[in-house]
Amino acid sequence: MASATVLSPIEAAAPEGYAAAAPLPDVLPPVKPRKGFIGFLRRNPTMAIGGFLLLLMLCVAVFAPLLWTVDPTALAPAKRTREPSALYWFGTDMLGRDVYSRVLFGARVSLLVGFSVAILASVIGMAIGMISGYVRLADSIIMRVMDGLMSIPPILLAIALMALTRGSVQNVIIAITIAEIPRVSRLVRGVVLSLREQPYVEAAVAAGTRTPMIIWRHILPNTLAPITVQATYICAAAMITEAILSFIGAGTPPIIPSWGNIMAEGRALWQVKPYIVFFPAIFLSITVLAVNLLGDGLRDALDPRMAKRL
Amino acid sequence: MFAYVIRRVLATIPVMALVALFVFSLLYIAPGDPAAVIAGDQATPQDVERIRASLGLDRPFLIRFGEWVWNILNGDMGVSIFTNLPVTTMIQQRIEPTLSLMILTLILAVSIAVPMGVVAAWKQGTLIDRAVMGFAVLGFSVPVFVVGYLLAYVFALELDWLPVQGYTAFKVGFFPWLENLILPSVALGGVYIALIARITRATMLEVLQQDYIRTARAKGAGQSNILFLHALKNAAVPIVTVIGIGIALLIGGAVVTESVFAIPGLGRLTVDAILRRDYPVIQGVVLLFSFVYVLVNLLIDLAYTLFDPRIRY
Repeated sequence: MASATVLSPIEAAAPEGYAAAAPLPDVLPPVKPRKGFIGFLRRNPTMAIGGFLLLLMLCVAVFAPLLWTVDPTALAPAKRTREPSALYWFGTDMLGRDVYSRVLFGARVSLLVGFSVAILASVIGMAIGMISGYVRLADSIIMRVMDGLMSIPPILLAIALMALTRGSVQNVIIAITIAEIPRVSRLVRGVVLSLREQPYVEAAVAAGTRTPMIIWRHILPNTLAPITVQATYICAAAMITEAILSFIGAGTPPIIPSWGNIMAEGRALWQVKPYIVFFPAIFLSITVLAVNLLGDGLRDALDPRMAKRL
Repeated sequence: MFAYVIRRVLATIPVMALVALFVFSLLYIAPGDPAAVIAGDQATPQDVERIRASLGLDRPFLIRFGEWVWNILNGDMGVSIFTNLPVTTMIQQRIEPTLSLMILTLILAVSIAVPMGVVAAWKQGTLIDRAVMGFAVLGFSVPVFVVGYLLAYVFALELDWLPVQGYTAFKVGFFPWLENLILPSVALGGVYIALIARITRATMLEVLQQDYIRTARAKGAGQSNILFLHALKNAAVPIVTVIGIGIALLIGGAVVTESVFAIPGLGRLTVDAILRRDYPVIQGVVLLFSFVYVLVNLLIDLAYTLFDPRIRY
């Protein structure tokens, strides 16, 4: 054994006359997972991109009054349908209102509706799902009712509700929430039913833990992950539904510049002045995309088994 | 099997009854006074009273509901407040474009989405797979009317390949009919394609790991043979289920698509009815669409045995 080369510990430890195999080179450098928030984002790029875009939209919505150039509802008939320019970044509509300022305001409506519906539908759906999963008597009744509600396409249900109430942001939120509740309830009920079979829940029951405590300690925390993921998808769906309702004239009242309303107003002129429709459309798509990406990222991060499948 | 079909068909009756009850009780649970809302801001108290009476809001709920259901069973969905025409007549006049649009979209979406999902699963992790998944996320995020306007702008206004909007009846000719429906179908199909492609990929990934796929490969079956005969057949049930559930997306989307492309169908009827607060019409359309949705899913349930002979009832 020539000692001209540096011996590895294994080679050096080999007894005389035996040749130890040279150590295999490291094909992959050891991965040192970065800790903390940055590391988390690195491992979940979809979530990082979605979160960043959504944060951007949130900033736009919150700081809209500082960012817009003129009052979004100010009429200026002399400056009708101007093409986008340095003065009017996104052009003006047929009443001379500045599309850029209106689109910024639209972010407020859209995000307000999206978040409100996501939170309301999750909380109510969670309560209904819990009752359904725990009280056998209520279960069959509640689930039949949910079956019936789910048989009405959500957008049509919201349209029917909006046809009977005065158009307002609040009523839009209520209508979309009602249309979304059945799906959340079903999800929570399913999770609750499967959790009740878990050994740790059985152990808690055997140990004499009271039902409210079991729900608080074991059931509730375990439903949070799927509910959070579901809530992001509901948020995205609610923003699209709000835009659709406003677009067909059954949503936010026309005086409020929501993205759906701006598009509805630009509809008559869209063949000659397509920008009135396209700017709110782009903003809406980006916002919904951001929320969807965030949801996909959350799903992958919270449930690695699902991540491999979808 | 026969007993199962009967049981399954009977089980949809309570669901439909519930749907009817919901659609009907919306009039009562809606906040505020629906008669006043429907009458509009300029209505006199007499107008409001007249509408209240025509909607039956002045009579007890259960009696009114019983009458309403009885009338529907006899093919009478009430009379439009605005045109005074029977709702069933108005629906009949408008049903062809909507039916055409939805059937064409269904065919288009399934024939695009299923191969997409299959190929994505086959080439898992490659650029093709990523492209399909990326498309799926986009499909979920870009709303129907945005796709609609974009397509109309590019293919109708700029390139002038297809008509911008409108509808030609099927009896006028197949090609004029198809020409008008291509852009709306593609726009409407976006979300649907995304949904089906995603489920197809997910189920195919699972099936491709099964032992019988390895066996098929070992005995020398060709790649397309394995994918489309061995694997897809075993993945069919979840895919077909999602195709049925996704019809709800198509129905909701049709309302908007018809507005964008000026197609005189049921969606357009609904939108006009909303602007005039013509509730009986809305009620009729919602009820019809919901029943169709329930029926389609019933048929799909019953069709499971065709796709998977292992399922026995």
